[in-house]
Amino acid sequence: MTMTATPTRPWAASPKDRAIDGAIFIGSLLSSYLLVFLTPLKGKLAYFVCFFIAYAIFTTAFKGIQRGNAAAKDALVNSLVAIGAIVTVIPAASILATVLQKGLPGISFRLFTTDMALATPTDPLSNGGLLHAITGTLTLMVLALVMSVPIGILTALYLTEIKGRFTGPIRFLVQAMSGVPSIVAGLFILSAILYPITKGYSGFMGALSLTILMIPTIARTSEEVLNLIPNDLREAGTALGGTQLRTVAMIVLPAARSGLVTAVILGVARIAGETAPILLLTGGGDKVNPNAFTGPMGSLPYYIWKSFNAGSPEAITRAWAGLLVLVGLVLILFTSARFLGSRKVSK
Amino acid sequence: MSTAELVIPAPREIVTEPRRSDKVFRGVVTGGGLSSLAILGLIAIFLGYRGFEVLRQEGIGFITHSEWSISTDDAGNVLDSHFGLAAMLVGTILCSLIAVVIAVPISVFSALFLNFYAPGWLKKILITIIDLMAAFPSILFGIWGFLVLMPSVEYWAKLLHRYLGFIPIFDMQVPVYTRSPFVAGVVLSIMIIPIITSVSREIFSQAPLDRIQAAYALGATRWAMIKAVVIPHGRSGVIGGAMLGLGRAMGETVAVFTVLNIVFQVNWQMLLGAGGNVASLIILKFGDASPYEIKALMAAGLILFLLTLIVNAIANLIVKTTGKSGR
Repeated sequence: MTMTATPTRPWAASPKDRAIDGAIFIGSLLSSYLLVFLTPLKGKLAYFVCFFIAYAIFTTAFKGIQRGNAAAKDALVNSLVAIGAIVTVIPAASILATVLQKGLPGISFRLFTTDMALATPTDPLSNGGLLHAITGTLTLMVLALVMSVPIGILTALYLTEIKGRFTGPIRFLVQAMSGVPSIVAGLFILSAILYPITKGYSGFMGALSLTILMIPTIARTSEEVLNLIPNDLREAGTALGGTQLRTVAMIVLPAARSGLVTAVILGVARIAGETAPILLLTGGGDKVNPNAFTGPMGSLPYYIWKSFNAGSPEAITRAWAGLLVLVGLVLILFTSARFLGSRKVSK
Repeated sequence: MSTAELVIPAPREIVTEPRRSDKVFRGVVTGGGLSSLAILGLIAIFLGYRGFEVLRQEGIGFITHSEWSISTDDAGNVLDSHFGLAAMLVGTILCSLIAVVIAVPISVFSALFLNFYAPGWLKKILITIIDLMAAFPSILFGIWGFLVLMPSVEYWAKLLHRYLGFIPIFDMQVPVYTRSPFVAGVVLSIMIIPIITSVSREIFSQAPLDRIQAAYALGATRWAMIKAVVIPHGRSGVIGGAMLGLGRAMGETVAVFTVLNIVFQVNWQMLLGAGGNVASLIILKFGDASPYEIKALMAAGLILFLLTLIVNAIANLIVKTTGKSGR
């Protein structure tokens, strides 16, 4: 007769433990209902709050009785960290749900084919659309991309490839730059370029301020990506007699390609919904304006802002619809960045 | 039939000096790298240059007085002007402090949850959601905060006032709860929770594994391990993360503007519906500002820029030094 030793798992929850956990869960659920019923507290949030407090107290008390003081503290922290995580996630869920629920009624095919040249935000929803805003936002993005990608990637290259005298200060300054408030970037372009030189609102001015906001994101993410490229590749390039220029251009950058694309997409996502500088600089036209250098240019944030401030129910629906489009855009950018970023260094 | 000639290329001279192409390359890259210095310098110079006139006229009163008025005659000449940022600065600091006080415990708990409690699949999902939240545009938080969150927050403010009114900061004379610094602080806290969470998570994940395992081997519970190993290791990193959040909260414009009632009077009562915010002031006054008032707004922008720069610099220094000491 053969004997097989079965591994025991003393740490696994026994049916009794499970039953007690379940009982505590149901108990706190019941007590939350009781509390809301008996006291003037009301609303969905009150249920949540009471439930969590009751759950924390019950588990703490039970563990304290069962295993003593240390276990009680552990159980208390256990529930606290769970509450922390849930509280962190609730706003995201609420925001997404609200945008979907309030924005969907405003979405129609017409919205994407007409602009607001002949309509005001308070008109019925059948008038006008946000074509001008979408084209404007895309124009701003492309212009900001063209200007910020070279600077951002050059900065990252300096930090990873050259590592010269200024590496420390530049890394510090790039981080400081990522904290520049967007409104300050807008005021800067206003004072340095719009008033003295061009003297008129245009999409290009908006793109310039977005460039300032985008450079640090691109530079920091690219730096991380370039740091992941194994040094062997650089040494191999040098050993083959390549100059540093050719090593970087033909070996390092191609190897980091998908990571760099991720960096750029994250930069675009960062500026897609930037509102404050847009309000100061672009002038927010209501017509499709293909020329970014003259005349006011509409954009999604401006459209949302204008509709939201108009205040009538139709205008608010417009604002939500605009927000839904904007969130959709950010989601698409974010997902593609995730997808590309999951394989940081291409083979 | 030609004789095969063996051509031996002349050996290249071995030099330590980089070639011309490399010199150009290094020059261009260094130039690109220095652009951040140039941009930051130019921002300070131009805002200072435009705001200089107002700063000189108001002197130190620009940050100690709280009146903001300008009167012009029909021709547009400035007759009389008073520009003071005191109320706005107090409001900015109040709102962002409320935000940080609310956000830090929540962020620290959720960072602990992500690192030491959550199973792998849940961790991945939660990190995605938190990163996504950090990418949401601020106007979204603003409008959501105004239409969805504000009614609930007003209710919480009433509860705070009723049951904790004896504490001076929750006290108020006139029961106006709408668009108070507290509401703005709650909205800002939701915006900075993702930032503080991801910084704290990063710092916590660098906690030395050998000490964590040593703590478990000695029979520590999870909390005892966190208290003995993770918290001492990550304390200053969390402070740095909180200051990064503070910097972000101070510079936030649109989200605050939608949920804050701007009043030119210093107000420390967080539940009262009268606050101030430098960035929102700029948006509020920009639309119909005369050229001279624009200069005052530029000066306000300069103050805001310097304030956030200092906060961010300190935060980055703290985060950087902790990151190194952990290894």
